[in-house]
Amino acid sequence: MRLIINGKPETLDVEDDMPLLWVLRDELGIKGVKYGCGIAQCGACTVHIDGVAVRSCAIRASDVEGEITTIEGLGTPDALHVVQQAWIDHQVAQCGYCQSGQIMSAAALLDQNANPSDEDIDNYMSANLCRCGTYPRIREAIKDAASKLGAGAA
Amino acid sequence: MSKLKTFTRRTFLIGSTAVAGGVAFGAYMYKRDPQNPLAASMKEDEAALTPYVKIDGEGITLITPRTDLGQGAYSMQAMLIAEELDVELDQIKVDPGLPDPAYYNTALSDEGAPFRPTDDSFAAESARSFVDAIMKFLGLQITGGSTSVPDAYEKLRHAGAVARETLKMAASQKSGIPVDQLNTANGQVQLPDGSALSYIQLAPFAATIEPVKDVTLRAPSEWRLLGKQVLRHDIVAKSTGTLNYGIDLEIEGMVHAAIKTNPRQGGIMNSYDDSEAEKMRGVQKVVPLENGVAIIADNTWRAFKAAEAVTFDWGPAPYPAEMDDHWQTLSDSFTPDLQDARTRDDGEIDNVFAEGPPDFEAEYRAPYVAHQPLEPVSAIAKITDDRADIWTGTQIPGFVRTNVAKATGLTEEQVFVHVTYVGGSFGHRLEDEFVKQAVEIAKSVKGTPVKLTYSREEDFAHDYPRQIAMARAKGKVKDGKVDSFDLSIAMPSVIESQMGRQGFPVPGPDPAILAGAWEQPYAIPNYRTTGYRAPALAPISSWRSVGASSNGFFHDCALDELIHAAGADPLEERIRLMWHEPSRKVLEAVGEMSNWGSDLGQNRGRGVAFCLSFGTAVAEVIEVTNTQDGIKIDNVYVAAEVGKVIDPINFDNLVKGGVVWGLGHAMNCQITYSDGMAQQSNFHEHEGMRLYQCPNIEVRALENGAKVRGIGEPPVPPAAPALANAIFAATGKRLREMPFNKHIDFV
Repeated sequence: MRLIINGKPETLDVEDDMPLLWVLRDELGIKGVKYGCGIAQCGACTVHIDGVAVRSCAIRASDVEGEITTIEGLGTPDALHVVQQAWIDHQVAQCGYCQSGQIMSAAALLDQNANPSDEDIDNYMSANLCRCGTYPRIREAIKDAASKLGAGAA
Repeated sequence: MSKLKTFTRRTFLIGSTAVAGGVAFGAYMYKRDPQNPLAASMKEDEAALTPYVKIDGEGITLITPRTDLGQGAYSMQAMLIAEELDVELDQIKVDPGLPDPAYYNTALSDEGAPFRPTDDSFAAESARSFVDAIMKFLGLQITGGSTSVPDAYEKLRHAGAVARETLKMAASQKSGIPVDQLNTANGQVQLPDGSALSYIQLAPFAATIEPVKDVTLRAPSEWRLLGKQVLRHDIVAKSTGTLNYGIDLEIEGMVHAAIKTNPRQGGIMNSYDDSEAEKMRGVQKVVPLENGVAIIADNTWRAFKAAEAVTFDWGPAPYPAEMDDHWQTLSDSFTPDLQDARTRDDGEIDNVFAEGPPDFEAEYRAPYVAHQPLEPVSAIAKITDDRADIWTGTQIPGFVRTNVAKATGLTEEQVFVHVTYVGGSFGHRLEDEFVKQAVEIAKSVKGTPVKLTYSREEDFAHDYPRQIAMARAKGKVKDGKVDSFDLSIAMPSVIESQMGRQGFPVPGPDPAILAGAWEQPYAIPNYRTTGYRAPALAPISSWRSVGASSNGFFHDCALDELIHAAGADPLEERIRLMWHEPSRKVLEAVGEMSNWGSDLGQNRGRGVAFCLSFGTAVAEVIEVTNTQDGIKIDNVYVAAEVGKVIDPINFDNLVKGGVVWGLGHAMNCQITYSDGMAQQSNFHEHEGMRLYQCPNIEVRALENGAKVRGIGEPPVPPAAPALANAIFAATGKRLREMPFNKHIDFV
């Protein structure tokens, strides 16, 4: 099995039915992708496949066609993505365990909808569960990131 | 070596007085000052100035023994030390340290200090509400009960000040310049000529001098960090996926384990068949346990999958198999022989109801609910003949150490508990069953580190949920005012269940049964609260705000109904009845924030609730709209009295998170049992709140109280009743049972 993850080709010998999540975490040691539910209910495992947000726990690695980006590929502490910078500026995280997935979802949302309405944000981001209740700050951070992306594009 | 030993003996220990003062904790009584745990591992050029500050060639490490569960405890603890130590937050590392008596939680013993009846009797009362049973935890390094800030507030600032003054003394002796001509800033002692000696330079010398014990703490007006908005130390890592939680840790040579144990909690395993599982790819070993089996494999998913392939014959649950019987047990528990405590009995309740029927009477219910933080529980255990290492996220590292020692036959000194970062807890990690299991599995492959990870389903099946509870309330009104309020609450004892698993008997009443009800500071002429201890049912545990999570709902909703029966305004009548000024001020604050009394328009309603829990007074006003698709929560206004806000960002986050937690579970969640098993297996059946249901939340901190209070739990209890009261205002429908979605739709 061959995958391209964060721009890097990987060759793997794993079962066809191993979910992408566990290939990333346990076979490749990419730990920013989190296990939360295993049934696409919490969104902690969200990655991008060709820019689209996907729950990596619910897709077989062997079914992946396209390039995979994880939170590690989105940005780093030294080179933050706009969404990550907004998450830091608004101090969104409490326990932080869901936030990789939240950030990946938010980045995908803004990629396809540069100026989301409150309703757009509610709809799109409700796939990601946060047990600590950071939702008010998630909303603020997305709006902030959207305005910065908009300013950058203008 | 002798120098080190001398140093160890005379090391000043902050916060030890409460334990050294002879407070008895059953078998856990400590008769001498615990030694500085950092000194034991010190090298010659390192200095441990207090058990909270370690300085070596690498830098400055602040020891933050209260576990960071996501509530920001590490940042808060670091801020308190750094404020007095005169270091910047980007100059230091934080480390939870190893469990040690030096890090005992003394907040509760301070609260339990003998109060004269005339001495601030309100503070004494609200402290006593939970001190008795939690005393069993006391003397242990526990994170819980919203005590981290009260425990740390003086102790850690003092630790920082002792370290600072000792470093100054060292600089003075080294330079010959008197101490009063030295200043400190940015991790340096500054000399009058403009030069500076860094703490790191001074550390080896500081280790050889007598620590300065006589220090004065700075006034809040001089604070640089406390009360200011600072960047949380872990915020960049948590925003970039670079923080390793317990579940992410890798230890060299580690194998993975999954587990399947009897979903009827506490039931036995009659037999199992692992013939399919042991053939599966990556499976290295099947380890039989007392009530299930563990699979050791080369990958988490392979272990999960193999655990699912084992078939079992499980024994029955040691509690009623069906939910109806749980409720029936509670219903049958309002009897004199099960009376646990009557901690409030003002006026003449019996006479009042002998005179005529009550003006209001109702029954309320609160279901079991699960903790289910987003990070499933996990633990890594490595056991050898002379040492055990445990890496796990736990609120009770001291218990874990004791239990691992028991399970392995090692001494406590041979057990090393490395507390990891934690992806949420809400009380879940006050339990350590998963650690004990990891140790059992690791014992079967000695020398090899084993990481046990729970699947979400296994975590749900073995979550010890919030207590189930029932309340009966009645009251009378007079001249448009609340005159009599009689509240009876029945629940199994959460403390008995939880402490029982740690081998503690809990004699006497369980204060959790009336917490959040009996200590409410209302001056109602005839006012009684009675707790009934129902027989044990499903095993239960502390869930964010514990007894108050159900009782705040019961007490405040019943009071609201009574106020309506009197024809009074819900907010004004609460304020009129409130004798405790800081509590009255939180009610007045939410009245102002919500513009209480203004017209909301059609199909809308506004509700208020108040609950004092863990000594912290919180009021909430909620506004809802009754739409065609159901109830929509528009706004929540929260005011909380905490004495002093240490970390404003964390404060705001914890209040909002507490409201979301309280509302989400009140609306949407319950754990029910059928055939002895929890019927909810994953988040699709117990999701709390998602973003689309989250209201706008406005928060105000009040600092009128004399004591510094915690904020992790107190915002939870008023959330459910404020919502129920708002829904009544919008629809005329009273909700007396959680989850509310059994009775009304939400958008």
